Amino acid sequence: MNDWKTICRVDDIPVLGARTVTRASGGDIAVFRTADDKVFALLDRCPHKGGPLSQGIVFGESVACPLHNWTIGLDDGCAAAPDVGCVQRFSVRVEDGAVALDLAELAQPVPVAA
Amino acid sequence: MVGNGMAGVRTLEELLRIAPDLYEITVFGAEPHPNYNRILLSPVLAGEQTLADIVLNPLSWYDEHDITLHLGKKVVDVHRSRRIVVADDGTEAPYDRLLVATGSNPFILPLPGKDLAGVISYRDIADTNAMIETAKTHKHAVVIGGGLLGLEAANGLMLRGMSVTVVHIAPWLMERQLDEVAGNMLQKSLESRGLKFLIGAQTAALVGEETGPEGEPGPARGRVRAVRFKDGSEERADLVVMAAGIRPNTALAEKIGLHCSRGIVVNDTMQTITDGRIYAVGECAAHRGIAYGLVAPLFEQAKVCATHLGEFGIGRYLGSQTSTKLKVTGIDLFSAGDFAGGGESEEILLSDPYNSVYKKLVVKDDKLIGACLYGDTADGSWYFDMIREAKNIAQIRDQLMFGEQHLGDTGHAGNNRASAMADSAEVCGCNGVRKGTIVKAIREQGLFTLDEVRKCTKASGSCGSCTGLVEQILMATAGAGYTAAPKLKPVCGCTDANHQQVRDAIREQHLLTIAQVYEHLDWRTPNGCASCRPAVNYYLISTWPHEALDDPQSRFINERAHANIQKNGTFSVVPRMWAGETNSSELRRIADVVDKYKIPTVKVTGGQRIDLLGVKKEDLQAVWQDLGMPSGHAYGKTLRTVKTCVGSEWCRFGTQDSTRMGKELERDLWRMYAPHKVKLAVSGCPRNCAESGIKDVGVIGVDSGWEIYVAGNGGIKTDVAQFLCKVTTHQEVLDVSAAFLQLYREEGWYLERTVHYVGRVGLDHVKARVIDDVENQKRLFERLRFSLDGLPDPWFEHDKARVDVRQFEPIAI
Repeated sequence: MNDWKTICRVDDIPVLGARTVTRASGGDIAVFRTADDKVFALLDRCPHKGGPLSQGIVFGESVACPLHNWTIGLDDGCAAAPDVGCVQRFSVRVEDGAVALDLAELAQPVPVAA
Repeated sequence: MVGNGMAGVRTLEELLRIAPDLYEITVFGAEPHPNYNRILLSPVLAGEQTLADIVLNPLSWYDEHDITLHLGKKVVDVHRSRRIVVADDGTEAPYDRLLVATGSNPFILPLPGKDLAGVISYRDIADTNAMIETAKTHKHAVVIGGGLLGLEAANGLMLRGMSVTVVHIAPWLMERQLDEVAGNMLQKSLESRGLKFLIGAQTAALVGEETGPEGEPGPARGRVRAVRFKDGSEERADLVVMAAGIRPNTALAEKIGLHCSRGIVVNDTMQTITDGRIYAVGECAAHRGIAYGLVAPLFEQAKVCATHLGEFGIGRYLGSQTSTKLKVTGIDLFSAGDFAGGGESEEILLSDPYNSVYKKLVVKDDKLIGACLYGDTADGSWYFDMIREAKNIAQIRDQLMFGEQHLGDTGHAGNNRASAMADSAEVCGCNGVRKGTIVKAIREQGLFTLDEVRKCTKASGSCGSCTGLVEQILMATAGAGYTAAPKLKPVCGCTDANHQQVRDAIREQHLLTIAQVYEHLDWRTPNGCASCRPAVNYYLISTWPHEALDDPQSRFINERAHANIQKNGTFSVVPRMWAGETNSSELRRIADVVDKYKIPTVKVTGGQRIDLLGVKKEDLQAVWQDLGMPSGHAYGKTLRTVKTCVGSEWCRFGTQDSTRMGKELERDLWRMYAPHKVKLAVSGCPRNCAESGIKDVGVIGVDSGWEIYVAGNGGIKTDVAQFLCKVTTHQEVLDVSAAFLQLYREEGWYLERTVHYVGRVGLDHVKARVIDDVENQKRLFERLRFSLDGLPDPWFEHDKARVDVRQFEPIAI
């Protein structure tokens, strides 16, 4: 069962940027907005050394991690070759400009940091 | 096979490798020894090795390969029609194919007395043993012939305690392998070891002892006593070694009717031209008129011969270039090709008599055709390869003399340094990448370009100082598939345009947004990538200040958050302290902020400021506010700091007020974005306590004013700043510094430090625009003023600085 919770408007996220969403259980979530207003959500933790992806430069449907410049796909959460690794993805619903995350999904335990 | 020497046995080895069961092999050897390394007789004579050390194929080897070995039996006849070989003891052996490898004989000068006892040649184990035995009981030796073999013999006899004189008829030693200079250096060096030389002396006769010394049972009658020369003089000798050259041993071949001319004449398959069943290799064979006396060509012959004996029928021997090395311990000598030069050729010479080093390279038509090295022969084989391959050396001519190592550091040509590295050797110090890792990645992932290697392994991806080495490894591993990087690289994979083309287009077309640039230059991606967008953003705002709008989303996080991101995602804050000076109220505020926001680490920076490390992003705005100090811009491609010494205000040595000068510079230039970070320093006297010599702009106070240095760097590779000019007033320092930095801001490529920028355009280019052209200096200065005019402090004027403050507010669920 999905339990959608509106967190912000699409316009609250910078174009080619991100906002961070904190949750009580820990494990921040990065919510990204692309140039064509698509919204994606990933665990805010690069699969490489745990860098905060929300702080990276967004381009196309990718983000460059601010620590060591790994490129992570927003859609699949996976590092672009030759780097290897994936970060947890979260479902996003956008309706009438409102961005919603699934509370049920967010309630699941945070994976232990690599 | 007739002859059990190096060339013949090598042929058998090659043959056994490709066709192990084709022949039943019989070998006749006149010497009572299995195949040994004749080249190493000299070290044996010199006492550096023993006979056992130099055996190449022990008797067991012959057994293992079912070879019938007749040692100590000299073949005296071959019945070619019946195909039977006959030895001196009557042993016979039939053949389908006969390999003649009888080698060579020493040339015995036809002198009176040549048959006296104590007159020997230097060719085999028996001669060597004779010399070793003689040296135990006799004192005086004369070696006739100052060639390779003669000198090695003389050296060995001397080491065994004899007093040795070398008689040499030519004007200098080893005249066939060395030029006069090297020959004389060699003579000097050998003389200092105790050898005596009679150069140009012609031997007339060898004088025998008619009787022993009076009243004593002297040595056997007829032993040699002295060498007599044409001028009548004599040199005492208990032993005479004839080392006047070798002649192919063709006695057997001639007897059985094989055509001989300076050796047994063979074709390119090493087959004798007389009898298709008979082959000849080694020193006895004459190929295209040349009988070789060195081991490398003989082994090449062996290989060719074996393929034909093995019925593979491939390969032709086309002759060899030969090179020479002298095997006298402690003397390095090498020669190859046409080292005499003359005619159309040119000579490159290096002569260092003090260190006894002499090198001569002979070049003709951009090709190395000969080399003669004395004292330092490390690059001998490298030169030799170039001679053999007739390689065009035009590109490396100016560095040729300094050898392969020298070339290996920079160019592509010296790939041997990379090949020679062990797999465990570290190539990229920044990322800890070892050679083996790079080679593996290249092989397994099929990489062909430097960029691919960089992406896959991170090697050379950081400071780039190992780029040349990585390229060499790539070239050595990927071989012909290697693609050299183009000279002017595109900005990134999104475009083919390079940095200069982007800068030019923005200025010429008056482009004002990133989107316009991408459209105009046909970018392949809709909104670029993390490499090109910050570059293009910088080019826009530096070219069209107050007109093009800064795009924070195209900036790296540090310049977007105006703080330095740390490995755990927190930030560091460095407030500005003008020229490194602070006071009690600033320090008190800093202390309060540290307490209030529980900042874990406070550190003094190298740029004379205080760094607060571990600040949470959501606290940044409040920290700035509470500090009440300007942004230090320690996070950006901007003016960072102006480091100063105490200066004349306090220092007893100070000649200028460096702190005031530093403050003036910093107040003039702060908030200035640039292609990369910019660091300044001002020292109040030439003691230079502020380390002005490694800054982008370094100012040093002298009695009469200020010296300005530019393009120094204390980073990955330390580069000393270059002197730009000397001025008298503070205002001139400000004018010149600003003009230089504006030129860099306008012409530098993104992420190019001043040292690389000035390296690219040249200091003369900078001087012409900043110093010589006073009007231009003024215009540069004014353009910088215009750019910086009214720029906000991003820590306090968020709107004006286009700081998106939403980033400091996380959304809580």
